[in-house]
Amino acid sequence: MTADALYPTSPAEVQEAVRSHPRVLPRGGGSKPALSTPREGQAVLEMSGLSGVLEYDPGEYVFVARAGTRLSEVEQLLAQNGQYLPFDPPLVEQGATLGGTVAAGLSGPMRQRFGGVRDFILGVQFVDGEGNLVRGGGKVVKNAAGFDLPKLMAGSLGRLGILTELAFKVFPLPKATATLQIPFPGLEAALEALYKLAGSPIELYALDLEAPATLVLRLGGLPEALPARLERLQLFLSKSGEVLQGEGEAQYWRNLNPLNLGGGYLVKVALTARQIPALEKALGSAPRRYMSAGNLLYLAWNDALERLEALLRSQNLSGLVLKGATPRPQIGIDLAHALGRKVTAALDPQGRFSPGLP
Amino acid sequence: MKTEARNTHNPLEPARARSRGVSMNPDLQELTRLFPPSRLLCKPGELAPYESDALTAFRARPLAVVLPESHDEVVATVRWCVKHRIPYVARGSGTSLSGGSLPIEGGLVIGLNRMNKLLRLEPQERIAVVQPGYINLQVSQAAAPYGLYYAPDPSSQPVSTIGGNLAFNSGGAHCLKYGMTSNHVLAARVVLPDGETVELGSESPENIGPDWLGLFVGSEGLLGIATEITLRLLPKPETYHTVLAAYDLLAKAGDAVAAVVASGLLPGAMEIMDSLAIEAAEAAVQAGYPKEARALLIVELEGEVPQVEAEARHLDEVIRGSGAYEVRVAQSAEERMKIWKGRKAAFSAVGRLSPDYIVQDGVVPRSKLGQALQEIERLSERYGLRVANVFHAGDGNLHPLILYNGQVAGEFERAEELAGEILRLCVALGGSITGEHGVGMEKKAYMTEMFSEADLAAMQRIRRALDPLELSNRGKMFPGGEAPALKHSGPHPLEQSGVISRE
Repeated sequence: MTADALYPTSPAEVQEAVRSHPRVLPRGGGSKPALSTPREGQAVLEMSGLSGVLEYDPGEYVFVARAGTRLSEVEQLLAQNGQYLPFDPPLVEQGATLGGTVAAGLSGPMRQRFGGVRDFILGVQFVDGEGNLVRGGGKVVKNAAGFDLPKLMAGSLGRLGILTELAFKVFPLPKATATLQIPFPGLEAALEALYKLAGSPIELYALDLEAPATLVLRLGGLPEALPARLERLQLFLSKSGEVLQGEGEAQYWRNLNPLNLGGGYLVKVALTARQIPALEKALGSAPRRYMSAGNLLYLAWNDALERLEALLRSQNLSGLVLKGATPRPQIGIDLAHALGRKVTAALDPQGRFSPGLP
Repeated sequence: MKTEARNTHNPLEPARARSRGVSMNPDLQELTRLFPPSRLLCKPGELAPYESDALTAFRARPLAVVLPESHDEVVATVRWCVKHRIPYVARGSGTSLSGGSLPIEGGLVIGLNRMNKLLRLEPQERIAVVQPGYINLQVSQAAAPYGLYYAPDPSSQPVSTIGGNLAFNSGGAHCLKYGMTSNHVLAARVVLPDGETVELGSESPENIGPDWLGLFVGSEGLLGIATEITLRLLPKPETYHTVLAAYDLLAKAGDAVAAVVASGLLPGAMEIMDSLAIEAAEAAVQAGYPKEARALLIVELEGEVPQVEAEARHLDEVIRGSGAYEVRVAQSAEERMKIWKGRKAAFSAVGRLSPDYIVQDGVVPRSKLGQALQEIERLSERYGLRVANVFHAGDGNLHPLILYNGQVAGEFERAEELAGEILRLCVALGGSITGEHGVGMEKKAYMTEMFSEADLAAMQRIRRALDPLELSNRGKMFPGGEAPALKHSGPHPLEQSGVISRE
């Protein structure tokens, strides 16, 4: 903790903290240190005091919680009612919170089935750069009233407001799951199969590519249909692969959740499958895993960050550093544009959420 | 041709300009340099079709209509508007049910129907890049040969454009499972209200940094004009299982929805129609619905064959236990289409029961559906106006149709008042004033029911940061501002002819 850490326990205290400090940085569970380590002059707002699920009616597929609520608490509550967070956020056991997950914009392998964190956030309450408490969206699964501030906050890294409360859509957890690991002779063959699957009516909960050339596929649904679907999947690919089921299968995916890929920096990259071949050539031996049909990459980088920065730029990609010390977690191509600058200035005119020195 | 048009319409020749009826506003002469006469409409007869959208109760006379054919022409038009401080609204097919594409009196209409090309279809990448005037249904038609489709399916989809869908974050019958338009737009090229162009989003559904595109989608034309839109396509489900269940009580149908949800199933669609809506649909399209039913429930499962077969057995059990007195399962694609035809036609069909009607779009938590419907029934009695109910039960999106006769003095105003009470009811039950039609002109006065002053102030700050003159779709979404001429009017001509329907 820095000397400046504050522990707000209510939205009003967050407002007060914002108004009385020239630079503030919210921190949830600290599971993404590259995003939650303060720079000089930044007061840290420890959000653990704003915790707890406020509303949850399983019949609505909706819950509302304080932003500092840990994912593990939410997942446990949902699981008791046969539901889950369909965007499958990482770092659950590492203490990640709802607010931190939204602010970092993180999803996991199961985003493949129904979408990412931005697709499941329904409502938001946040404190803007002038200390106003603002609500956007709602707490029903369908809503078109007003600007979609909840979506705007996904990936906002605390630069547009400090999240205090969030509402999410959730879904029923598949009653049974099975995973198929299929090694291919090379990247080309693996990508061909990946494309074939992504364009088919086969509904996968996860469609991962493990470098260099293994596809990991997860099916979910009713237990009585699973054996037939698994067989159809194997036929579709003309490969039997290795089947994981039961506790071992669940454990396989739990082990991936912490994103313990290797030493060094942990980086998220947004991309599409067609960018993979060139990227694979450039990445060398960095431990990595592509998720959601090649749209999401998590990678460990045990070298100078500047090198990765240059590499991503050369591939026309952008990334976000989650772990490892860096003054500038957003790397790769420059994503700045007029709309972003103006909206940021509208919500934080005095730059309280900007990491730079006052 | 363009050059010739330019030469012919030299703005320095006022006589020519006058002959086109543009002498009223000297600023307009500058526009004649940008657009040939066929794409700059100024005569009263030419403007009439643009005075209203599908919310025909509102009408306003624009200064002129321009029909750009390129991104650069949109930029030039917006810059002209800024220079002369002329408010404008971008418009597609004008199917907005909230008055979202209503012209601003004396402002410019930027009609985007000529920017209607499919720029790129990449089946392997499962994306389509379209211009804003491209029609929703055409996306799925273009993608069909590759086994793909575009999921958002507002009932206006045979006519409504992707640009309009994006601006209003259109919904449809499949939102619980698949989300709304905003969950299916990957990227957009946007002309900001100052004429600058930005690219939002990318071909990846994942994102680094704030979700600017997420903010832009559904901003109702206040934050800019999209000129190129990248859409996500989904593989078509392998099979469907469509069930129609008839009930002797509306509440039983509502309970059945709750039971389906409780069973852990996630149907692609769950729709309910009440007796008045059934009567209307039957009269219009002879869908073969049980006419004496007090309520009909449509549930549709979709997905892989073995999974859907297994789910169907569970669903069958749930429906049998829900007190349905008749259950039908579509045995073929034709039977499935017939079931949906009645549902999709229900709204326009209500026109047969009443000379006029208002459709509302409130959302309530699913568990409050029964309570909301009872309350609506009570209000209907109190106001002495019939209300037909068709709704997306899966996501709690109500569409009460308030029937009235505009020829009877005071009835339209009473219907409006009843509609307002229903919206307030939805908010009081923890829901929203709009599920998919947007705020537009119609519901802006109700924004304060849902949002606090601070909420609306933050949204206004965002808007003014991008559009300090408030030119882009001025007068929409936010409460206040001058009200346009409000008058009673009949259904949209396309709706009357059954081409489009209100979801």
